[in-house]
Amino acid sequence: MLDERKKQKLKVFAEEIRLETLKEFRPLGFGHVGGAMSIVETLAVLYGEVMKIDPERPRWQERDWLVVSKGHSGPSVYSALALKGYFPLKELKTLNQPGTNLPSHCDRNKTIGIDMTTGSLGQGISTAIGVALGNRLDERTSYTYLILGDGELDEGQIWEGVLFAAHHKLDNLITFVDYNKKQLDGYTKDILDLGDIARKFREFGWHAQDVDGAEIGEIYTAVEKAKEAKGSPSVIVLHTIKGKGCTFAEDVFYNHHMIFSTKECDEAIDAVKARLNRMKRPYRGEKRGEESGYNSV
Amino acid sequence: MAIILSEENKKEDRMMRDVYCSTLIDMAEEDNRIVVLDADLMKSLGMVSFWEAFPERTFNCGIQEANMIGIAAGLSATGKVPFTHTFCSFTTRRCLDQIFISAAYARLNMRIIGSDPGIAAAYNGGTHMSFEDMGIMRGIPKLTVIEPVDTVMLEDILRQVKDEYGVFYIRLMRKNAVKIYKEGSNFEIGKAIELKTGNDITLLTSGVLVAETLKAAEQLEGEGISCRVVNIFTLKPIDKEKIIECAEETGAIVTVENHNIINGLGSAVAEVLIENKLVPMERVGCEDEFGEVGPMEYLQQRYKMTALDIVKKSKRALSRK
Repeated sequence: MLDERKKQKLKVFAEEIRLETLKEFRPLGFGHVGGAMSIVETLAVLYGEVMKIDPERPRWQERDWLVVSKGHSGPSVYSALALKGYFPLKELKTLNQPGTNLPSHCDRNKTIGIDMTTGSLGQGISTAIGVALGNRLDERTSYTYLILGDGELDEGQIWEGVLFAAHHKLDNLITFVDYNKKQLDGYTKDILDLGDIARKFREFGWHAQDVDGAEIGEIYTAVEKAKEAKGSPSVIVLHTIKGKGCTFAEDVFYNHHMIFSTKECDEAIDAVKARLNRMKRPYRGEKRGEESGYNSV
Repeated sequence: MAIILSEENKKEDRMMRDVYCSTLIDMAEEDNRIVVLDADLMKSLGMVSFWEAFPERTFNCGIQEANMIGIAAGLSATGKVPFTHTFCSFTTRRCLDQIFISAAYARLNMRIIGSDPGIAAAYNGGTHMSFEDMGIMRGIPKLTVIEPVDTVMLEDILRQVKDEYGVFYIRLMRKNAVKIYKEGSNFEIGKAIELKTGNDITLLTSGVLVAETLKAAEQLEGEGISCRVVNIFTLKPIDKEKIIECAEETGAIVTVENHNIINGLGSAVAEVLIENKLVPMERVGCEDEFGEVGPMEYLQQRYKMTALDIVKKSKRALSRK
């Protein structure tokens, strides 16, 4: 269980990730907004509390690993990394600019703190399994965390990996499915119905949980339970909302990759800042105001 | 590089797969980074004794080629040195995107073994016959493509690639190859080997057709044609200097490959010649056809890969000089 103070801190961290992600997208006017927003709370729990990491030593052998198989969520991962101090926050402005270290999709050779190159959907499960196997062979206590998209579950390679991880009892692999119910072309139930995801994983021999992917406390507790499930890999199906917390995305049907105006982005940024100001007042015991909080754009 | 040639042109006593297995066991005993992955073809590759010797470092993935490549990539990210195996056809056609993204683009470190190249697929037939695998692999940036000819070369190459970094595609037949090199030879990846000197024409060849090319060279010599034979066992990076030197010194080139003449050795050599030294060139190999079932000897004739075919193409190249 996460105590209230930590939970509040992670909620703030999540909104900060959201804020920095929107600022990353702003100069471009386009990006994979939907999936970057739906996974923010999970990134906050992982980077803020759960993962054994050291931003000073990004390739530390004993660290926990994160494979973001839905590689198009790179921008929100980069925000989390910058906020943790892996690289300067100002670098976030270079997203997708020529010569950048922050490409649309995660790249282990470009971005400090990114553990695995992803972007071709379905492949992250296999590389994550490899990492988990390698760490187990060397008797490291590291966990490998894996984030899958829901649409990504269409890929056959996912189910190869699901079968393999259960057979090899990979209990150092904890997988999240960002079940925001939509893929690029529409609702997953209309494109290729996924049915009951947790049940499918359970049938394959996994420990499976369904949680509200916007609830920091639920995500944290689910990770704790996943660690207790010895002898099998674990999946946490995150019920999320694509575009969550972004005013110009959340209610739009096609919000996988979006084009937006600076005005729309500024409105979204202001909305996040307003939430942060409300959150930080009781948390920091500060007065709400321009000086102590987040300035409007 | 020190090369000792076998003059006999006879099949080896040891199978390629036996040497593959014993070399890997030997290396794994000293180096615990080595892990082996297969997709339900361990018995076919004769790797059961490795599996028994190192069960904890053997991952038989079942019939999951794509997953196998990705797992190997992940293992290498933690410092392991994976050797993966399935047939050439499956590992290249089926796993192209996994090899491209999870391994090569991610700059990870692994060795991909493809067995049964081209006509060596024999009784498995057209579905399993890869006349395109090296072409697929050489299109991936930074990837090294090697085709060991016999057990002496195979063992030396395996020991070398163990300590290299990058993605290596190694294409090998499982059974008995014709002995080309004597024990004690060692090789340099990327450096072609002159098997026979000659001044009128150069035959550039690789893999199971090296022996056949040597036969063709003998026939040509009998007809008074001075014929150079070079084994290009590294398709990528290809030995440009050697190819240019052969073009300049002999003035005609024939490539001989157990592969489609599109995208394989023939194409790679043509690319070097067109940018450096234009000489008449002919290509022996599968002429853009699908494979089919049958014994290797039949397939060699069917796909025009015999000594006679090499002689014909050589004369054609010479006539264009």
